[in-house]
Amino acid sequence: MPVQFKERAISVIVNNRPDVLARIAGTFSARGFNIESISANITRNPAVTKIIITTLTTPETITNVIKQLNRLIDVLEARRLRRPQAVCREMILARIPLTKERQESLRELIDTRGGKTVSLEPGSAVLEFTGDKEDLEEILTRLEALGMEDFSRTGVIALERSKS
Amino acid sequence: MQQTGSQILFTALKEENVDTLFGYPGGCVMDIYDELFRQEIRHILVRHEQGAIHAADGYARASGRVGVCLVTSGPGATNTVTGIANAYMDSIPVVVLTGQVPTAMIGNDGFQEVDITGITRTCTKHNFLVRNIGDLHRTVREAFQIARSGRPGPVLVDLPKDVIQSVTEAELPRTVVPPAEEGRPDLEGLCTEALKMLLQAKKPLIIVGGGVILGKASEVFRAFVKKFRIPVVSTLMGLGAFPASDPLWTGMLGMHGAYSANMAVSHCDLLIAVGVRFDDRATSKVEAFAPHAKIIHIDIDPVSIDRIVRTDLAIVSHCTPALDTLHRLSDEQGLTLPERQIRAWLNQLRQWKAEMPLSYCRNQNIKPQYVIEKLHQLTQGRAIIATEVGQHQMWAAQFYRFDEPNAFLTSGGLGTMGFGLPAAIGAQVACPDRIVVDVAGDGSIQMNIQELGTIAHYGLPVKVVILNNLYLGMIRQWQELFYGRRYSQSDMTQAPDFVKLAEAYGIKGLRATKPEEVKRVLQEGLETPGPVVMDFHVEPEENVFPMVKPGTPLTEMAFGNVRAVA
Repeated sequence: MPVQFKERAISVIVNNRPDVLARIAGTFSARGFNIESISANITRNPAVTKIIITTLTTPETITNVIKQLNRLIDVLEARRLRRPQAVCREMILARIPLTKERQESLRELIDTRGGKTVSLEPGSAVLEFTGDKEDLEEILTRLEALGMEDFSRTGVIALERSKS
Repeated sequence: MQQTGSQILFTALKEENVDTLFGYPGGCVMDIYDELFRQEIRHILVRHEQGAIHAADGYARASGRVGVCLVTSGPGATNTVTGIANAYMDSIPVVVLTGQVPTAMIGNDGFQEVDITGITRTCTKHNFLVRNIGDLHRTVREAFQIARSGRPGPVLVDLPKDVIQSVTEAELPRTVVPPAEEGRPDLEGLCTEALKMLLQAKKPLIIVGGGVILGKASEVFRAFVKKFRIPVVSTLMGLGAFPASDPLWTGMLGMHGAYSANMAVSHCDLLIAVGVRFDDRATSKVEAFAPHAKIIHIDIDPVSIDRIVRTDLAIVSHCTPALDTLHRLSDEQGLTLPERQIRAWLNQLRQWKAEMPLSYCRNQNIKPQYVIEKLHQLTQGRAIIATEVGQHQMWAAQFYRFDEPNAFLTSGGLGTMGFGLPAAIGAQVACPDRIVVDVAGDGSIQMNIQELGTIAHYGLPVKVVILNNLYLGMIRQWQELFYGRRYSQSDMTQAPDFVKLAEAYGIKGLRATKPEEVKRVLQEGLETPGPVVMDFHVEPEENVFPMVKPGTPLTEMAFGNVRAVA
């Protein structure tokens, strides 16, 4: 049977302490797994942080990783987020040089893909896009064609569609 | 009332009923040691910090309580790392208190500064760096709670010098210690299912592991096993949880397990594993492990479930509530295993045991197994045996025939040479009225031999039995069997005179070089008050058998020349 490596998302609720990220990263690295993306921020309770991690693993491995995460003292809860019950989104900021000839295609991209201009300087703009992984891959391809200078991309954030 | 950090630390230790610290002073813990001077708590001054952590570990293993060690920052802290990893692998509850440079200095490469919480993050159950005196009391209490709860393990608390020196007016919080963990709510359902599987079994077998000893579940385990007459095999860490003198005892399984134990595992149709994690030294080739058996796995750590061996039924619970529930349910329902259902299986096991008991050939040299047999005889099997790591460790496991829990203190997971002597110190401090013996090899004993100084200092009556073959015996054995007898760097002929060395420490030294001297030396050693080092010059190239080559099924055991005798 072929090993089913797939990108899988985990939600980890942790105590907001200085070394908690190191502990979580260590749990992955100790078993030889790479964190594909990570995003973290405080929750309603500022002493508690929610971390969304995506990783490329098999189903057996993800189960084991989650058990190991739950064993960490500062982890309050670690669990899988399964699609399609959960929505997964990312965000990019992209810096584009402004030229007359590309203005039209840029305007079209912003309008059709729900982009936002967050900074406008003479000669360059920073645009913001959100979407799922596939959306953003496509948007990035088009931005490259428009001469994108640099970009920054967040990790995945995810949320279940309804209370389970 | 004004209190210093040091005073708060000792208050917390007192609240945890700590009676002994194993430690070594240094610059960053001077204030703690100054406060210690005024306190009534006992402190054992070791000769190396590795000795302190192993002694705390041995104390915990022998007493079932949390062991505590106190060391300074930097090298003091790093010297404990091997011992911390050792306790982590064997799930031993210890609290390690380390000094640290003042908080303002942290990160500046100060004198004797090391990021010990970073270094030990992956070999502690948890660790803390205390940055404020306000957190000190709660953190120390929490460290003990974490160390002993769930699957136990080592917890490190790093104490910056300024936190310890600072003074607070604040009242200590009334730390709420969480209530003891309850069994899982569905324990009854799972246990009912387990009993259903048991009643259908024709060849049931139970593996007992270190979790039964750590969970203080030996008694209920024995009652349950005897009620259903289930044969028992044990892991290395489980030795003593079930008496080796019981007719249901089938032996230790694994690489150097008994023939009967490895055969039983390989032929049973139901395997109940209690408090085990299926270490590769126990299972050997996993694909060939218990091939005919349905497996029930009882363990407190969900991580160990389905990690190595796939189970048919998992019960994530402390051993005691799980076994209690199994016992109670079977009582209530009047369940038993009918004699005729398991008669053939019990006969088969008897036959395996008779066919190939643990054995060895005698000749004109001292056989190491013989020394252990005599030691067992002369101590009536009631000594606490600490070991180092290697051949002597396996012979102690095979031939001491443990009947009681908390009596075999051995580095099972990490395999730490140099563990036994300091562990024996910890055990002797915890159990002053027991006979404590460190069974050692000539290689291992030299790894923490400085602790003879500690034994002499406190007059601890630890008996050290060195099975001296002038080799790193287990390395030599592998080289003989798997590396074409190329004895690369395993020759230890250049050894000290252990008798004179003992005497240099002010300890009695005895030696035996012939089989007929063994009994007399052991007798004299055991009867002499105070510490004794006994140096037994044993057969140099004796091997540990049976032996399962790593990566092969448990049924493929090599017996050396033992078969001829049996």
